[in-house]
Amino acid sequence: MKGRKKFVGLAIYFILLLVPIYWMLNMSLRSNADILASFALYPKDITLMNYMNIFTDSSWYMGYVNSMIYVALNTAISLFVALPAAYAFSRYQFVGDKQLFFWLLTNRMAPAAVFALPFFQLYSTVGLLDTHIAVALAHCLFNVPLAVWILEGFMSGIPREIDETAFIDGYSFPRFFITIFIPLIRAGVGVTAFFCFMFSWVELLLARTLTVTEAKPISAIMTRTISATGLDYGLLAAAGILTIVPGAMVIWFVRNHMAKGFALGRV
Amino acid sequence: MEKWPNNRAWLLVLPVFVIVAFSAIIPLMTVINYSVQDIFGPNQAIFVGFEWFREMLADKRLHDALWRQFLFSGLVLVIEMPLGILIALAMPKKGWGVSLCLVTIALPLLIPWNTIGTIWIIFTRPDIGLFGAGMNSLLGIPFDHTARPLDAWITVMLMEVWHWTPLVALLAYAGLRAIPEAYYQAARIDGASAWSTFLYIQLPKMRGVLTIAFLLRFMDSFLIYAEPFVLTGGGPGNSTTFLSLYLVKIALLQFDLGPGGAFSLIYFVIVLLFSFIFYQALERIGKGDKV
Amino acid sequence: MARIELNEVAHSYLPKPVKDSDYALKRIHNVWEDGAACALLGPSGCGKTTLLNIVSGLLIPSKGRVLYDGKEVTALPPEKRNIAQVFQFPVLYDTMSVYNNLAFPLRNRGIHEKAVRERVLEIADILDLTDFLKKRAAGLAADAKQKISLGRGLVRSDVAAILFDEPLTVIDPQLKWHLRRKLKEIHEKLKLTFIYVTHDQVEALTFADQVAVMFEGEIVQIGSPQELFENPEHRFVGYFIGSPGMNFLECTLEGNRAHVNGTEILLDETTAEKSRNKKGNLALGIRPMYLGVHPNPGGDRVKADIRMVEDQGNYRIVTLKLGKHTLKASLSEERPIPEKEAWLSFPTEWTRLFADGWLIK
Repeated sequence: MKGRKKFVGLAIYFILLLVPIYWMLNMSLRSNADILASFALYPKDITLMNYMNIFTDSSWYMGYVNSMIYVALNTAISLFVALPAAYAFSRYQFVGDKQLFFWLLTNRMAPAAVFALPFFQLYSTVGLLDTHIAVALAHCLFNVPLAVWILEGFMSGIPREIDETAFIDGYSFPRFFITIFIPLIRAGVGVTAFFCFMFSWVELLLARTLTVTEAKPISAIMTRTISATGLDYGLLAAAGILTIVPGAMVIWFVRNHMAKGFALGRV
Repeated sequence: MEKWPNNRAWLLVLPVFVIVAFSAIIPLMTVINYSVQDIFGPNQAIFVGFEWFREMLADKRLHDALWRQFLFSGLVLVIEMPLGILIALAMPKKGWGVSLCLVTIALPLLIPWNTIGTIWIIFTRPDIGLFGAGMNSLLGIPFDHTARPLDAWITVMLMEVWHWTPLVALLAYAGLRAIPEAYYQAARIDGASAWSTFLYIQLPKMRGVLTIAFLLRFMDSFLIYAEPFVLTGGGPGNSTTFLSLYLVKIALLQFDLGPGGAFSLIYFVIVLLFSFIFYQALERIGKGDKV
Repeated sequence: MARIELNEVAHSYLPKPVKDSDYALKRIHNVWEDGAACALLGPSGCGKTTLLNIVSGLLIPSKGRVLYDGKEVTALPPEKRNIAQVFQFPVLYDTMSVYNNLAFPLRNRGIHEKAVRERVLEIADILDLTDFLKKRAAGLAADAKQKISLGRGLVRSDVAAILFDEPLTVIDPQLKWHLRRKLKEIHEKLKLTFIYVTHDQVEALTFADQVAVMFEGEIVQIGSPQELFENPEHRFVGYFIGSPGMNFLECTLEGNRAHVNGTEILLDETTAEKSRNKKGNLALGIRPMYLGVHPNPGGDRVKADIRMVEDQGNYRIVTLKLGKHTLKASLSEERPIPEKEAWLSFPTEWTRLFADGWLIK
């Protein structure tokens, strides 16, 4: 009885969750004239015209590539620097540790909207404007602190006797860290990578500000395509659907790792 | 467990420090620099001290935006935290349902923020949106988020709850899964009701992840920009002009760098202050003696 | 207080068990008398925790019945069974004080606050927790936490039995002994039925009046520590109880002599008599402390090579080679030990025979 109530509640939530996305999919498969002429719960004359319109613009697929490159770069950099730092915070006591940790977290609190302009100036000064690395570095501002925070939680769950034993056995720090410690928190690394990917993938303001043509993200290109053709709901919806696809694919591929990481429970 | 005292640990933290400092400190200095100068053009600026701070602090529209922002973040936390916990409690603990639930729940989190706005425009428009048209023609409730402030608020709140409750749910679920089975068994033996089990076992054990969820939701909702920008553009009138939207209007659209700089520093300090207070308070709840 | 009876209980975690090996518990038919201190001893994976969970009601067995004082409780959940359980690691309500932790089970049962107070103070006194009552449970040491877990069971005046699932796992070695003595003391004072699961024979043998040894989903023997030591009914008991375990030699029987690859060992007349009709693989068993080690031959002694001598303080353990068999003998330290070879004697009153693992008696 109780299980049933839970199930029904969850089912209702999932329906509410999926309906807005379904509605956009519905719109993307109808022509603009059709959308404005009649209200329909599902597309009666399915047309791929909107998608064709987008695909004829040659810059769209570079948008995907650009987004993927800077997101991957950002995830890699964030993990690479956050892993040793999180280890330091979870194991050692050092001068200024608490202050440093809090300072790191404060960087998530800076309004990105404001930093857009100084970022633009900074990256044009160092000649990184319109490169993938610029966006990846800018996104480190909020992803690195988050990665350190999450990883520190996972690492604190590993008993320190393991470190001690390894050092007594004569392991050097890098060897211990890479061959013993990181495998132990695999799930945590997976969860962290997921969050880094997520926050870098969905951010638009900084990505758009720091790029002109060479590294323009997919969502910015979609927006541009739309504004060029005027307000066309079918086209807008199709562009929207296309920006959801990569994220949906990523979660589909990592679903089992996610389940494992979340089962360990330390986020 | 005491941590090992070792200042060489700084070597491990150094890369993080350098990479974050590069993106944080220089832009922050730039903003501070703006905030104390009146900038006419390239290489033309005069020092004005705290003039811009005084001006911004007295700005009526900033006050309005700030209260709007507090109301918004307050509602977000009040709705999303319990809802997220409830969803996490309802999620299956094992079997094929786990992956399915995780994938479905995480979906809104992986949609670019401007697309979130687009989804909700299409969904709530009174002429073509399922929600908008449904309210108007099926239920007979007039609804138009482009014309009526209340409707705009409802739409932005719906969007926000739809978008971010999954984050709370995922974190809460992770916290729940970390509770060893023995706790539930002990609670059954002690004759605890489902409510007591929640109150004395699940909630305390989830404290860590819920603190993270609470702070993340507070920070991100307080800094919200892209979604309402796409959905309502801050309107109708200024009814959904949150702090970020107003700030961008001043700093980037009107190009008033001085007031913009002062504004962002004030903004930053407010987020910092409240995050710190919340963090301390949440820590205290966990440690306070209750006899 | 209660007499706990398990009637033909079997359990499988599979939905449709077919084979014998699908069962985590094969067949348990057993009675624990009211007020007894019993231990369930066995290696990990032998089904002892499964059995404990069936007694507590966390699991409903696939087959059989569980009776408390003759009343069937098989399908009753733990909260309706009047039992308490202490888990492997301390399970506490972290946000509550020690006092509230102890009061929690009583409050859940709607007991008046005045009665709660009296009972909590009484139990806290027994457990030496009075000084901690106002402290938060989360901040205490592991042994105090385990005492609180136990206390939550003891406060309930209706509690029939207290089940312990390896309760000393996380306790420091020095404190283990102390806590075990405390448990024994509480058992004597309150006369409750205690069922104590462990894989540690020292814990089981010092705590319990009656020890049930489990092996692969079955109880192979129940008895007092002495019975288990002197008359192991199964090879596993012989091997598992005692340190080092019993020596076993595969053998054949001829008259009243056992043949162990070529050497002959004299057996007790009646044992040999009973063994003659037994089918299956025969094995001879003797405890290391009863195996005689002599420097010279004589009587029915058998020659063996000495491989190793370990000093254990007031006794020594000698490892010997008899043909392809390895034997261990334990000797008190004043007894002389020959250099290379020794002659072994097998006292007939301590030499046992096993057929297919089970004692011939």
